[in-house]
Amino acid sequence: MTGHLVSVLNGLAMGSLLFAIALGLSLVFGMMDVLNLAHGAVYLAGAYVAVALVADGASLAAFVLAVLLAAVLGAVLGGVLAGMTRTTPHHLDQALLTLGVSLVVAETLSVFFGNDVHSIAAPAPVAGSVVVFGETYPVYRLLLIGFGVVLAVAVYVLVERSVLGSVIRATVADRGMVSALGINTGRVLVGVFAAGAALAAVGGVLAGPVLGAQPGLDEKVLLLALVVVVIGGLGSVRGALLGAVLIGQVQALGASLLPEYASFLIFAAMGLVLLLRPAGLLPARGAVRA
Amino acid sequence: MERAEAGATEVTRSSPRRLVLAGAVLAVLVAVPVVLGAYPVTTMTRMLAFAVLVLSVDLLTGVAGLPTLGQAAYFGAGAYTAVLVGLHLTSDAMAQVAAGLVAGLVAAAATGWVAVRARGIVFLMLTLAIGESVHQVADTWSAVGGSNGLAGMPPISLFGSPLLASGFVYWWVLAVAIAVFAGVALVVRSPYGRTLRGVRDNEARMRALGYRPALARYGVFCLAGAVAGAGGALWVAQARFVSPGDLGFEVAALALLSVVIGGAGSLWGPCLGAALVLLVRDNLSASIGGHGPLVLGLVFVAVVFLMPRGLAGAGRGKGPRRGRGKGRGKERPS
Repeated sequence: MTGHLVSVLNGLAMGSLLFAIALGLSLVFGMMDVLNLAHGAVYLAGAYVAVALVADGASLAAFVLAVLLAAVLGAVLGGVLAGMTRTTPHHLDQALLTLGVSLVVAETLSVFFGNDVHSIAAPAPVAGSVVVFGETYPVYRLLLIGFGVVLAVAVYVLVERSVLGSVIRATVADRGMVSALGINTGRVLVGVFAAGAALAAVGGVLAGPVLGAQPGLDEKVLLLALVVVVIGGLGSVRGALLGAVLIGQVQALGASLLPEYASFLIFAAMGLVLLLRPAGLLPARGAVRA
Repeated sequence: MERAEAGATEVTRSSPRRLVLAGAVLAVLVAVPVVLGAYPVTTMTRMLAFAVLVLSVDLLTGVAGLPTLGQAAYFGAGAYTAVLVGLHLTSDAMAQVAAGLVAGLVAAAATGWVAVRARGIVFLMLTLAIGESVHQVADTWSAVGGSNGLAGMPPISLFGSPLLASGFVYWWVLAVAIAVFAGVALVVRSPYGRTLRGVRDNEARMRALGYRPALARYGVFCLAGAVAGAGGALWVAQARFVSPGDLGFEVAALALLSVVIGGAGSLWGPCLGAALVLLVRDNLSASIGGHGPLVLGLVFVAVVFLMPRGLAGAGRGKGPRRGRGKGRGKERPS
């Protein structure tokens, strides 16, 4: 039984990471109808920043530096992607552009870092483990759960309780009206795109000690983020949170209870949600609610 | 008005010049094993099998207006089924292609209902999710070899005699590919094909006229799944090996790239695109240190900016553009 409780904890840690990664994907989709297929590649870029800086268990300072560097790199990549996708009004063309960028980024990373599987150690002060439910459990994963809670609260405050958040929500709901009010919606869109990509890259660093870094990981992460967004509802912050927690649990419990069928379960969960609620569990009804 | 022209230009009309050209291309394709060595022939065989996958993507993306990144899953379903049939039941090539076709059809019918309720970019997203899920299943399920894939399939045979020379395999794959091409061309020109283009261009009007757009989309999704499954069976007829990499994201992306390069909606353009893309991936790649995807990524970006209508659209003045993703696809299913 305690084994399952540990799985639940693993699922929560995974859910925190998925929320950080899927949030940008969901908001960009909700605002601009742009499906950013390079989201997984941005995540992988963040993971390789961690490989370069803290691969073999560096200090906390180096880890924090890696997080900041990944955020900057992610924001730059997001800005470039936003700029590229704004050059064409066609949604399929936009998706194809991000697909091209994702191939280029993933291949460039494998040029520099090779095709080996890299593992990343948790920073020294939190690399140990504690006893939870009578079993030893890594401290780092508990911190990830904490990070997820903090991020969820921060995003709630930002999106629901701040002026900037109201502009973002209004841009999702009716971009034309917001620009008629004299607000530069282009800047809002680029900002959200960059912030979402930065969050994905930071997710790559934070997930490093759990998932490592290897070619092909970008696709897996993109798939999970897509499923989270589809389950939660496009453009919805609450939906992304719910979807991330659900998929985190499905993955962790599936891996411990039915390891052979873990990948079936993800699809089954998505199929079930789409069967019952085609628009997702918590769709953005015209406006994003946190 | 542009929309109305779109339908007219996309249907291949059989003028005498076109027939002569088609005959010449066919003659060249048939003559390939006589003229070229074994290695180029196996490369061409792979291109033909990949072109069948690309046809299925084109059927959805170009004709039905449903951009897809999930056809590699049905391609893989066909490939795995054909290898399993080859390993355990029979080496008969016709049985393998039939099994692959049915596997693709069944897989598409089982998963398609999730996807066809959406349109445009949401459809792209759902098919990607389906495709990647199937890829993960193939990668972890030990019954189909897990990440090692399935190897050791005996050579295919036709009417009881095994096809050992690469030229014979090529001719078999060419014959099936031509049959599939003809079948898809017939569907595209049939009243059903017109219904599909109608649904693509103006769904509300089609519904008002009494058509059932959701049913039409589900039908074409199953059909495309069957075509992709047959392509998968052809792929392993030459490779005699299948691994999860054959149905990964990269294959799906390259299939979509081929359609975009070739010009969505045209049938011959994407086939040409398929040949070009595989040439870059498998042959050029070796000479630039195995980094073909880097080139293909750049090609992707360049094509979007420079060739909005693809090869088939080059040299034509006005015409349809791809990317009719006008709706965000959030509408409820009909």
